Order: sequence, then structure tokens, then C-alpha cells
Amino acid sequence: MVDFDFGVIIRSAGYLFYEGMAFTLFLTFFAGTLGFALGILLAVLRSSSYRPVRWLAATYVNTIRSLPLVLVIFWFFFLVPFVTQWVVGSPRPVAVGAVWSALITFTLFEAAYFCEIIRSGINGIPRGQIEASSALGFRPVQRFLLIILPQAVRNMTPVILTQLIILFQDTSLVYVVSLTDFLGAAGKIGQRDGRLVEMYLFSAAVYFVICYAASILVRRLSERNTISLARVGS
Amino acid sequence: MNYYWNWSIFFDPAPDGSATYLQMILAGAATTCIIAVFSAAIAIAVGVPMGIAARQSGMVGSAARAYVELFRNIPLLAQMFLWYFVLPELLPRDLQILVKQSPDGPLVLGTLSLGFYSAARICEQVRAALNAIRAGQWQAARALGLRPVQTYRYVLLPRAFRLLIPTMTSEFISIVKNSAVILTIGVMELTASARAMQEYSFQIFESFIAATLLYLMINFVIVAIMSAAEVLSGTEADRSATRTHRGGKHG
Repeated sequence: MVDFDFGVIIRSAGYLFYEGMAFTLFLTFFAGTLGFALGILLAVLRSSSYRPVRWLAATYVNTIRSLPLVLVIFWFFFLVPFVTQWVVGSPRPVAVGAVWSALITFTLFEAAYFCEIIRSGINGIPRGQIEASSALGFRPVQRFLLIILPQAVRNMTPVILTQLIILFQDTSLVYVVSLTDFLGAAGKIGQRDGRLVEMYLFSAAVYFVICYAASILVRRLSERNTISLARVGS
Repeated sequence: MNYYWNWSIFFDPAPDGSATYLQMILAGAATTCIIAVFSAAIAIAVGVPMGIAARQSGMVGSAARAYVELFRNIPLLAQMFLWYFVLPELLPRDLQILVKQSPDGPLVLGTLSLGFYSAARICEQVRAALNAIRAGQWQAARALGLRPVQTYRYVLLPRAFRLLIPTMTSEFISIVKNSAVILTIGVMELTASARAMQEYSFQIFESFIAATLLYLMINFVIVAIMSAAEVLSGTEADRSATRTHRGGKHG
């Protein structure tokens, strides 16, 4: 059997949290925010009145959603330098670095998922709201930004937050392009000191505590939401 | 983009012992399918009883709900590492050597990991489907003299099964997608094969396009099979009648 040495965790805690967890949170926050914004745009494009636009947005969303995240990470890791070259007009593929590549990948990947969340939020809004806002003379852009989107986002808040928890967990997959997030940092220390067992158990425990606490908060929030909506309805 | 396309690369010999790159990629796709089928079998075998258990009060119910929280709140990659790096250390000596030396060790441990992870998701879907069946069904069955086990066997589970077909379709697709994580412990599944082909041949886009198309094909087959199952169970109307009662899904 093994002899545990949990001292290794205390000795490496600074590196684990200030380097590893900081990058995990950085990626979650920025990819989450940018992906959400892009998701709204995609949702708008998917309901565009131009068929080619609608079709392109739908194809993008459906393709991304049917591929493994690991494959998408590889795709963009190699695609981004070529696209940057094409945009900037440089003679050879531009090395953008794994951090930027990861940020772009997670943003574009999450956008597809947020798009579908927002769309189902929009679909859940009673038709009367749209008719009433048209009757009140709102232009289509105003109608979307002031009436439909705020209600859709509020109704979908629990789902959006759950998706952020999933993103927080998924960022660990940057491992495949050799970036060091929280799990990667734990793995590095574990390899160096021959303490993989302790490090992986500890990192799993940390992920569990954070995600479980966050999911309880989301559940509370959604219960409160349902109650307040029910009150409005009665 | 000045990229040198070379589609005939698929017919060139691959350095890993496969005759051609095409065979290498197809072997990867086959591995992905094997992982997915066995993981799905574990997920159903564990997840369905757990979904029933999660609705009970007392120890059994708490244990099932704790299982779901545990497996849902730890990243799959971290779980995979626990199965691969940590679990063998805790095994008795002989078994530990067997697991570590077997060439199929990573494949087996990875499949178990994905299976038990997916079981937590299936459990939640089964629980939601059972909750969506109106309480009157349970009461009527009990009033007719069916025992609890019979009520589940003849009344609740068949109805839940029909409700579950669409959600199971997306769960199976998720299992295929999540199977790519197994490459981190060294299994040559589809994404890993594409990555290896890209490293050997430098034909980045051909490799990843092939992998993408193969994943889309696998998903298409799953959707086709599940649609057939839906038609065979012959309850389109039943489902649309209860669609509004279905619980939310996550992931």
C-alpha cells in the first residue's frame, strides 16, 4: 500500500493556486463572458431572415456541438495561426501562443452552447410580449434588446450559470496543448515529487468543493426565480 | 491561406505499423466506438437502478444522490487521472502489476471512468423522467394490487423509457464526445489518431477534417438508431403529450 504525504500539498499550495487556479479562473471568466456575447450574436443570426446567414450559423452551432472539445481544441490550435496569417497578411502562419489559442477556442466553443441556451430562452417568451412591444411601436432592434433578450436571459440564468460550471471543469482539457491550469499544476508537482496520488486526490477535492458549492447556489437561485415568477403569474 | 493540400496522404503508409493513414484513422474510430459502447453499457447498468434509487428516501436515496453530486462536480479529466494514476496504487500487489503491465490497461480504466461518469448523468435523466410521470399512475397501479417492484416493472419504467429516448440520444452523443478525453491516458482513439497522423505527416487539416467527418458519421448513426427505436416503441403521441412535464437537462 501507499504512504501518503499530504505535506506536498501545503508546500506547493502557492504554485497550485496563484499559477494554476489563476489561469483556470482567467480562462473560465474571459471565455465565459466573450462566449456569452458571441452566443447572443449567433442566436440572432440563427433567427435572421436571410436563409444563408441562418444556415451558416446553424451549421456552425450544430457542428461544434457534435464534436469532442478535445478535437475542437486541436482544430483551433492549428487553425488560428493560419487564419491570423490570412487576416494580417503575413508570409507565414503566425504563432499566437497556446494561451491565446485556448482563449479563442473556448470562446468559440462556448458560444455554440450559449447560443442554444439563449435561443431556448427566447422561445420560452410568450408571443404576447412580442406583439405588445410591436403594438407599442418598438423597432425590431429595440424589441430584441429591451424586451426579449432581458427576459430570456433572466429565465435562463440557472442554465447559463450551470454552463459556466461546466466550462470551469472543461478548462482542465487545456492539458492537451500543454498549458498549465489547476489540474495541470497539480500533475506537474505530482510528477516532480513522485506524489501523483496525493496531488490528483487533492485537486479532485478542490474541484468538487467549488463546483458543488456553486451548483447549490444555482439551485437556490433558480428556486427563488421560480417562486418570484409564480407570484408574478398569480 | 497558403496551405499545401494533399488528400492522397490517406493512402500513404503510416509509421505506426498500420498499412495506410486511412487505416490508422479508421482504427481510431473503431476504438472510439468500442469505448462508447462499453461505457454506455456501464452507464445504463449503473445509472438506471441509481435513478430509481435516487427517488427513495433514506440511506439508499442519499447514497444515489451523493454519487451523482460526486461524479458531476469533478472534471472528467481529473476523474480519468484518478482511475489511471491513483486507483492502481490502492489495489492489492498482484492486481496492481496486472493493471500496470497490461497493454489494454489504459483502455479498460478509461472506459470504466467514462462509464461511471456517464452513469451519474443517466441517473439524473432517469430520475427526471420518473418524476415526470404523474403520481396518479403510481397510485392507480398500487390500488390495482401491484407491488412496488411490479409497479416499476410494468407501469413506470416502460413509460419512462419512452420519455427517455430523446434525452438518451443526446447522452449517447455526449459519451462519444467525452470518449476523446481518454487520449490523455494514452489510448489511440479517433482524436488521438488524427493528432498522431498530423504529427507524422504534417497534413494538419486533412487529419482533423477526417476525424470531424467520422465523429459526425458516428453521431448520425446514433440518431438514426434512436429514431428507429422511437418509431418501434410507437409512442410519438405519448411523448408529445408529456413533453411539457419533462424536467430540465444539463450538460
